Order: sequence, then structure tokens, then C-alpha cells
Amino acid sequence: MTENPYQPWIVTIDEIRNEVIGERAIKTFKLVFQDEEVKKNFTFLPGQCIMVSLFGSGECFFAISSSPTQKGYIEASVMKLGKVTSALHECEVGDTLGVRGPYGNHFDVDGWKNKNLLFIGGGIGQAPLRALINYAIDNREKYNKLDIIYGARTTGDLCYKEELADLEKREDSDVHLSIDVEEEGWNHYVGFVPDNLTRFDPSPENTIAITCGPPIMIKFVMQNLLKLGFSEDQIFTTLEMRMKCGIGFCGRCNIGNLYVCKDGPVFSYNQLKNLQGDM
Amino acid sequence: MDSFVLLKKTLPTFIEKLSDEYDVFAPTRKDNIFEYKLISKPSDINLDFVNSRLPPKSILLQQTETLFKFKPGRKGKILPKEISEDKKIIFAIRPCDAKSFSILDTVFDSDFKDPLYLSKRENSVLIGLSCNNPGVNCFCTSFGDSPTSSKFVDILFTDIGEKFFVETISDKGKKLVEKITDLFEKATEEDKNLKDSAEKEAIDTIKRNMKLEGVVEKLDEIFESQLWHSIAMKCIGCGTCTFLCPTCHCFDMQDEATLKEGARIRVWDSCMYSEYTMHASGHNPRPARMNRVRNRVYHKFSYFPKNSEYTACTGCGRCIEFCPVNIDIIDVIAKVREVKV
Repeated sequence: MTENPYQPWIVTIDEIRNEVIGERAIKTFKLVFQDEEVKKNFTFLPGQCIMVSLFGSGECFFAISSSPTQKGYIEASVMKLGKVTSALHECEVGDTLGVRGPYGNHFDVDGWKNKNLLFIGGGIGQAPLRALINYAIDNREKYNKLDIIYGARTTGDLCYKEELADLEKREDSDVHLSIDVEEEGWNHYVGFVPDNLTRFDPSPENTIAITCGPPIMIKFVMQNLLKLGFSEDQIFTTLEMRMKCGIGFCGRCNIGNLYVCKDGPVFSYNQLKNLQGDM
Repeated sequence: MDSFVLLKKTLPTFIEKLSDEYDVFAPTRKDNIFEYKLISKPSDINLDFVNSRLPPKSILLQQTETLFKFKPGRKGKILPKEISEDKKIIFAIRPCDAKSFSILDTVFDSDFKDPLYLSKRENSVLIGLSCNNPGVNCFCTSFGDSPTSSKFVDILFTDIGEKFFVETISDKGKKLVEKITDLFEKATEEDKNLKDSAEKEAIDTIKRNMKLEGVVEKLDEIFESQLWHSIAMKCIGCGTCTFLCPTCHCFDMQDEATLKEGARIRVWDSCMYSEYTMHASGHNPRPARMNRVRNRVYHKFSYFPKNSEYTACTGCGRCIEFCPVNIDIIDVIAKVREVKV
């Protein structure tokens, strides 16, 4: 960490992938630290986050959407929504940004060894899940079955399409896609993600369920997981809040007495259930 | 702890001596408002005050502060900020406001360290001034503190008539007095008695009392209470309570830039504003005034005591005195205790 924790390291945008185009555009930025020492020493685990700066526009908190097994770079998937993300979407390969972090806790990659991992993602909420999916694929012997339930509003709103197609082809992972409204040529589920979860009817045995998406989706996914027999300590989510500092000073990302930036973003259902606060 | 006395007529010399080495911040008066300001001469100081409108937290946690500078744009780069090591004295800080820095320390010196606040904190000497005449809304005694408490200062001054009774508390304070020891005289038993009676008189002046027993536990049970709606009905969301609170520390970070140069700055923010928590998606975890009023009370009286050794209130009474719609935090906590579970 630099001595001034507000001061980021400089990264170069190495590649930009258009995940989603149009009104709710999402781009994945591949970022490489300019300082070789930082590049070598920057370590993180799936679930952790970074603050990304575009100097003059501002700074935003994003989940790292790549896995630490992907060496030499980090990725962040960004939906064009506000001032900073809109400016980020104007950037090109070769441009420089600031990055500080990694921040927050992470998925329990060692504690979940030899478990089945069930991912339930919605829209851009797939970004932090992708870090763990890629990690699990690169450490395949460490985990049992991988099931990925993922949905978006339309086919055009689905992220990481190529990677999901690869996962579908593999024999040791299954992908269960959905879109909210019927489209011609779509031969997967039509409906909301929590319903697709219930339809899939996964067994809770030796399984960890990890969900991320819009707050309303997370709420119903958790309810449905409980109905499916998952216990409260088998269910995990990763949350987001508006943030400024990312290190527990600026005050705004609290849920009860915990700060999402440093005490989260990964929470178990157990933790959330006992936490009174505005979400 | 060593006790001395300083003749009031020697105070200007004392301040001048301090100014040789330190930036001296002290209470100054403009119209009827007192403010801690960097003084250029002893006569700038006015000690005829109950407390300043804005707490002296603004000296260590500035309302607007540059975090670093940069060259803006898509080929941007950073121009690092040098962390100032300037030595400061906050003279005549009230014991309650001195305590607020110990409370703020638990925020800025925790999992992460904030070098901007901490370097100023380390390079500051707090010279307290006992409150001989506490205000009508003062209630520091509710927290086990006293208007003449020396617990959170480096040196404590107490007005005992013709002289100040001076107690050196910390090493920082002792060293400072050692350097100019010829200005002071050893305190006598009589001086000590005068200080004790000033303390007793000051404590007797405080009429307001916040009962805190069981409040942390009670708040755990009444998150969904109608009480928060009824308090919020009155609130106009102006944020005065947060800006004047010596323990409120929340801030926003913004980039200010021209085409050629820019700076990332932090600026005080307030949890009483809806944009404070508004997501880019439009989702807002605290959309209503009720959510924001409730969060403010919980942050001070539940989350802080859970996360540190302190309640984030010093009893300074500013939020009570300056709330334009007379929301009274003592009254709020009394109502919390009254709610039937």
C-alpha cells in the first residue's frame, strides 16, 4: 500500500471487451499496473474489490472480475450508469487509470474445498462471481461440481457469453441461463433468476450457494435457497453500496455497524440475518 | 501530573512563546460567533465564550482537504501530496471537544491509517480550558466526563480568578511547559482548592442529563419502531447537526479539475442527505428521512459503542442548540428508553 491510502497506483488499459452494448452497456477493462514491483506484489482473492480512478472524473468501487490465477493483470466489469462509469466507457486501450486496493474480504476459497459450488448471478452481478468461477476452473481439483445459474433482462444484457459457452461445453460444469422476457431463438429458461433456481432444484448436499445481482434478486434467491433446504451458513452473497474511501472512513456504506467496504463485501446469510440496517 | 499557575497577565507572553514554534489555533470572536482560528497575535484570542459554533475538529479534519493532485484525463498521472508535519497548538479547547479527537482516532487509526488526519493529530498539542460556566445544553457529565476533565488534553488550564491553574498531563504537555518553565509558578494548595471548587461549581451548573444505561441493547430491539418515523417528521434534513458535531467524520471525495491540472479532494458530507447513499442505479438504501435520522442515532449510540470503546457523542450540546426544528438528542435517547418492546 502506498503511504497515502487515497493515492492510487497507475494502470494502463490493456484491453476493453464489450460485454453488453446499448443503453445498459457493460465493458470489461483489463488493467495492467505500470510499476513492475506493484504488478508483481499485487495479490488478491476472489470477492475482493478495487477503487478505479479516472483522473478528473472521479473514483468508483468495483469487484475484481478476474481470478488471481490470471496473472499479470486484473479486470473490472463496468456498467455505464453514472458520471465516472460513463467517462470510463469513453476510454480506449492505452489510456491510464488509477487503481487502489484490494479491499474487503473474499470468498472462502480454502474453506469451500471439496464442495459443490452453486453460482446464482443476475446482470452485472455476475462480475464478482466470475472471479470465483475462473478461480475454481483453474483449481479444478479443489472443488466438486460447478453450477452456474445466470440471467439478465434480455440476451443482449448477458455478460461473459463466450466464457459461459465454454463452461457449458465442459463436462464438469453446467450453465443454466435465463432471460426475463421471451425472445425468438432462445432455447433456455424465460423468467426471473430466483424462479430458474427453483426450477433447477439443486441439492443442498455438500454445496455452497453464492449469489450476486440486484438487491431484489438477492432477496428472493436467498428465500428460495432456504426453501430448497439450504442452511443459513451455506448461502453467501456479495454486496455493493455507494462508496467513496473504500477503507472505512467516509461513513456511507454501512449496514448496521459493519462497513461493506472493509467488513464485506462478502456476507453469509447468517451474518445478514442478524444485521439490522438499511440495504 | 504536575500543577502550576500562570498569571493571566502573562498569557500573552505564553502565547507568543508558543507561536515561535507552533501554529497556534485559539478561540476568536466575530460578532457573536466564536471560532478556532490560526492567530497572528495574542490579542486575537477571546476567551469569553461557552464554546465555538464549529467544533475545532475542523483543524485536524479540514472541511475541504486535498488528498493528492493529478494531471487529469485519459493519460492522467499522479502528483503526490506531501503530508504536512507542521506543529500545531489548539489553545483553550474545551474538554468535550478534546475528547472528540480520541473518538475520531478510533476511525482514522483502525484497520487502515489516515496519514492526513494522523500526522496533524500527532503534531498537535491540545491545551484545554476548563468550562467554568457550561452552557444550558451541555451534558458531558452524562458520559462520565467533567467540564474540567484533563483526560483528553495534553495540558489543562482552569480559570481561578487572577491566574490559570495549569496541569500538565501528557509527555507532550510536560515537555512544552518545561521549555518555558520560567513563565509558571508552582501551584499552591490554595490554587488547587480554587480549581476544585471551580470544578464543583461547573458540574453543579450542568442541569441536563442523558441516561445511557441499556441504550445499546435497547436500540438492537427497536430498529423497526414507529419512533423513528415520528422523530423524522420534524427533521428538515438540513444537516446542521452533522456539520456541528465534533465526532461526525463522514466525507465525500470529488475530483476538481481544469483541463491541465486537478486534485482529488475530500469534503465533509452529511448522512442526512439522500444523495449520500444513492447508488448510480437509483437504488437508495436510505431513501427516506426516517432511514437517515435512524442511522444517525444508531451510528452514534449503537454502532460506535459496538466498534470502539466510545459512544460518538461528547455532550457538547451543539446539535441541540442549533437544530432549527428543536430536535433534542437527549430527548431522543429518553424516548428510546421509553419505547415498549
